[in-house]
Amino acid sequence: MLVLFALYTITFFLAKAMPGEPFTSEKNISAETKANIRKLYGLDKPIWEQYLAYPKNIITEGSFGISTSKGRPVLDIIKQSFPNSLILGLCALGFAIGIGVPIGIFSAVRKNSWIDWACMTVAMVGICIPSFTIGPLLQIYVAAHIPGLKVAGWGNLEDILLPSFTLGLVSAAYLARLTRGGILEVLSQDFVRTARAKGVSPVQVILKHTLRGGLLPAVAYLGPAFAALISGSFIVETIFQVPGMGQHFVNAATTRDEFLLLGLSLFFGFLIVVMNLLADLLTGLLDPRVRHKGGTN
Amino acid sequence: MAKNKFAMGGFWVIVVMFSLCFILAWYCKDPNQVNLTNKFAPSSAEHWFGTDALGRDLFARILYGGQVSILVGLIATAVSVAIGIVYGSISGFAGGRTDAVMMRIVDTLLAIPFLVLVIVLQATLSDWSGDATRWIVENFKWDKEFTGRLTNIVPLFFALGLLGWLTLSRIVRAQVMSIKEREFVEAAVALGYSKARILFRHVIPNVLGPTVVYSTLTVPGFIMYEAILSFLGLGVESPNSSWGVLIKEGANFLETEVQLLLLPGLFFSLTLFSLNFLGDGLRDALDVKAAKD
Repeated sequence: MLVLFALYTITFFLAKAMPGEPFTSEKNISAETKANIRKLYGLDKPIWEQYLAYPKNIITEGSFGISTSKGRPVLDIIKQSFPNSLILGLCALGFAIGIGVPIGIFSAVRKNSWIDWACMTVAMVGICIPSFTIGPLLQIYVAAHIPGLKVAGWGNLEDILLPSFTLGLVSAAYLARLTRGGILEVLSQDFVRTARAKGVSPVQVILKHTLRGGLLPAVAYLGPAFAALISGSFIVETIFQVPGMGQHFVNAATTRDEFLLLGLSLFFGFLIVVMNLLADLLTGLLDPRVRHKGGTN
Repeated sequence: MAKNKFAMGGFWVIVVMFSLCFILAWYCKDPNQVNLTNKFAPSSAEHWFGTDALGRDLFARILYGGQVSILVGLIATAVSVAIGIVYGSISGFAGGRTDAVMMRIVDTLLAIPFLVLVIVLQATLSDWSGDATRWIVENFKWDKEFTGRLTNIVPLFFALGLLGWLTLSRIVRAQVMSIKEREFVEAAVALGYSKARILFRHVIPNVLGPTVVYSTLTVPGFIMYEAILSFLGLGVESPNSSWGVLIKEGANFLETEVQLLLLPGLFFSLTLFSLNFLGDGLRDALDVKAAKD
């Protein structure tokens, strides 16, 4: 709640501080029409009144204002684009976990071998090569050569594959590093040695004894990972022309569309808060020490 | 430090990259020399990396673009280090309720996706800087072209720097809290020095080292964000170039001229890679106890 409020305040005053008026681009309208439009959007009132009116409208009418560049309610735009972004984000998260965690486990088990070294170098490369280089490269070398995959666009099931892979890659790299670190830490603890001494097979040691504790850093990273996915979606949606929220956000920033900017920022903030909560709950589920410390925040 | 091969390798790559971008670039061709009869030229003795869609020399453009990218990384880091040190040390030194409130603010801001804030701030700042430029050109008779070029780079320094200090301030705070308990601070208190004097003359100088080391890790982050913003058309714009701009332009001619994307991408990734290794190495070597998040 506090996060959302802070986000709103910052975005609001920054949006107000932009000297560019939302309607400056349409030069041919008379002063009278302009005044009327301003009235319609409530831009003629004093700033503090506008500041209070926006959250009030959200709560009482469920309205996020009207986009000044699109002429449609912001809520409409969110409703329309959110499912696309959500699918993209979830698939990307799937890729990130599906690739990152196994690689992390693998290189932790083979610590300091060439496999470990290779995996971690690949992970580092994954962090450093930006998605806006990988994305176009995938478009030309993969999408153009495999029938059924389109270079860009949205609508069919297979269209999700490349964008979400591109989006998930960076998080996969981080997850791999975190998983490796987490598992190595658990592996050095006494109860693992006990388990080994008992004659538990190496695979069982990893699966039953280590994994749960070792995944904790990775789970804690899910919140930030989700934030990274949102940031990444700005780029990936632009490259692959996915009609999602990221694209709208970038457009809103370039066209000085303050209501859309406000509405989307708040929505992103809301998503982050929810994801962090989920990550906290999951941590509590995996780690009894956290659970017994008493209530999570 | 010298034992860490990766960090040393990273260090030397950075040195080479710096000398390429800031020394060799002066002996290069004009990166904005348009030659439409010679567009998409393959690499040759005259144009090492060939030319782009407007016949401009790609090698020169990469070096000049590198100047902008690296400068953004360094200056944004400087801005954020300055803010982070002041904020973090006040928070850590004051303790108690002030500390709690200040850290809550940091936590709150950290929860918001960085790029969302940066985009909003960048949009606002670049409008301001347009006005500021006009004012400077009119009143101080600065060279119009030169000032115009600064117009869209300077806001980036601040948009990134003004928001990038959050993690840094936490590290500074942790350092300050441990230094606060040391004997020499106690001695300063016993001598009756004022709080401000103790903070700025005794505590902050001791925090500086670890903070600067940690900040090497933030440079690649800023360079990355600069490229992201430029790629989205919200950052550096022509006639300026940066690695992000070059990658963006290269992506337009992907089907026929892959090198226009690959070469800037390679320089970019190599620099980030090396900076990360260097930062990691420095941190391990000097054993900065930092929250590794």
